Amino acid sequence: MKYLCLVYLSPEHWNSAPDEACFACSQEMTASGHFITGTPLHPVHTATTVRVRNGRPTVTDGPFAETKEALAGFYLIEARDLNEAIQLASKIPPAKYGSIEIRPTRELNVAPQKSDPQKLAAAAAP
Amino acid sequence: MPAAEIARVQKEVDAIYRKDSRRIFATLIRLLGDFDRAEEAVSDAFRAAMEKWPIEGLPQNPVAWLVSAGRFKSIDKQRRDKRFDHLEDRPDVAEALSDDATPLDEQELLEDDRLRLVFTCCHPALAPDAQVALTLREVCGLTTEEIASAFLTPAPTLAQRIVRAKNKIRDANIPYEVPARDQLAERLDSVLRVVYLVFNEGYSASSGDSATRADLSGEAIRLGRLILQLLPESEVRGLLALMLLHESRRETRATEDGELILLDEQDRSRWNRALIDEGAALVRAAFSSQEIGAYAVQAAIAAVHAEAPSAADTDWNEIVGLYDLLLRITPSPIIELNRSVAVTMRDGPEAGLAIIDGLLADGELDKYQLAHAARADFCRRLGQYAEARKSYERAIKLTAQGPAKRFLEKRLAALTGAG
Repeated sequence: MKYLCLVYLSPEHWNSAPDEACFACSQEMTASGHFITGTPLHPVHTATTVRVRNGRPTVTDGPFAETKEALAGFYLIEARDLNEAIQLASKIPPAKYGSIEIRPTRELNVAPQKSDPQKLAAAAAP
Repeated sequence: MPAAEIARVQKEVDAIYRKDSRRIFATLIRLLGDFDRAEEAVSDAFRAAMEKWPIEGLPQNPVAWLVSAGRFKSIDKQRRDKRFDHLEDRPDVAEALSDDATPLDEQELLEDDRLRLVFTCCHPALAPDAQVALTLREVCGLTTEEIASAFLTPAPTLAQRIVRAKNKIRDANIPYEVPARDQLAERLDSVLRVVYLVFNEGYSASSGDSATRADLSGEAIRLGRLILQLLPESEVRGLLALMLLHESRRETRATEDGELILLDEQDRSRWNRALIDEGAALVRAAFSSQEIGAYAVQAAIAAVHAEAPSAADTDWNEIVGLYDLLLRITPSPIIELNRSVAVTMRDGPEAGLAIIDGLLADGELDKYQLAHAARADFCRRLGQYAEARKSYERAIKLTAQGPAKRFLEKRLAALTGAG
């Protein structure tokens, strides 16, 4: 199962976890086969929120939630279950200064596409 | 089949249901991977037993029979639903459908499942009130209505809380397992907190119907016994001891019309000796282990009280020492407040008042009515009636309607007479 670990930090701790530590953390998770992708984010004043209403996109400045802590980055990890995800997330360096939101990811709930050439090929194979 | 025979089997089935249905449920959750499916499978299994056992006689191992029957019925249902649901696309279901050879009759396996269920229901990723509700519902087998009435919560609210928790278990993939050794202590904390919360909800005399509340304490004690049997850790012993020692005084904590009676005025001859002996033995066992935790120390304090012939003959020096130990394990201003009462009993109210004034100056206990009630009592004993009156009034203002408030008002009235 894939879990999204969202890193939240308040402004005074934005730079508390050094990039080197975060890089080392992702290296370790890569070596153990848990890391899928991850990236730090620019500070919150660069955030933009897009909403589509009645078919028209509206763009607003700032994050969608106004809390002191803001999204500072994410790790997409592969973990056996929530317990393993919690263990891994607790090793993400900014966990010490802010919070990491763990969100289980889900697949898009769509029927298998008939036009998917790979699936068709597999189905046609003897 | 004669009616008498059917009635006899019915009685057997009822007895097995009462004793083992939660155990069967716990195992079916593991086998079927889903709470709701397991719940349904339990009813199906007992229904099948009522159909078959009067004809075929009781099986050799009824619990294993019921687990197999429940599992078979559920898998059969899923097979029938399959053509609608593309179940073959789901690896977990495919596995459950193909794997028919899981051994079912191993006692140990069944017991492990009950522990799995406890740890899953008390998982810290669930909201605390959902942990309590889910544990009472799934582990203890209480109905949603029973839990709702005990917690004075509307049943639909409680039902929704349980559904949300079960959805989170499924969607976030909270595993059905006993945590590994290196995480056990931390996770056990959360389990024991739920058990103690349930107990206290049943023990606090302040609100709700007293009969349902005694049931809650009984459930908590049963749960404590179950966990101790499955996981003989020192803190489990400590918590069970603490609950038993509190429970031993249940009948003497209030008059028949519900007025509070403090520890030093309780009729000690009516304390339940059997519970005290059992609790004290558990305290000794907990203290003989390497790790002494907060529950064991609180239980030890309760045991010193329980074994003292009167308030005056209590070993207050021992109690102060135990509070010092407790403060090292879990520093908290409320424990310091309790310690100040023990210090007063040992060294006189002047020493206690100095501690309490220090605590109140820190500000953290300013909204805690028991701090002001204790201060009032110390001042009263020192003859400082004006100060006592001020603290009683503050305590009364912070206390909700009920026996505790009436108790304080009586004390305040007596003071006016005295001073």
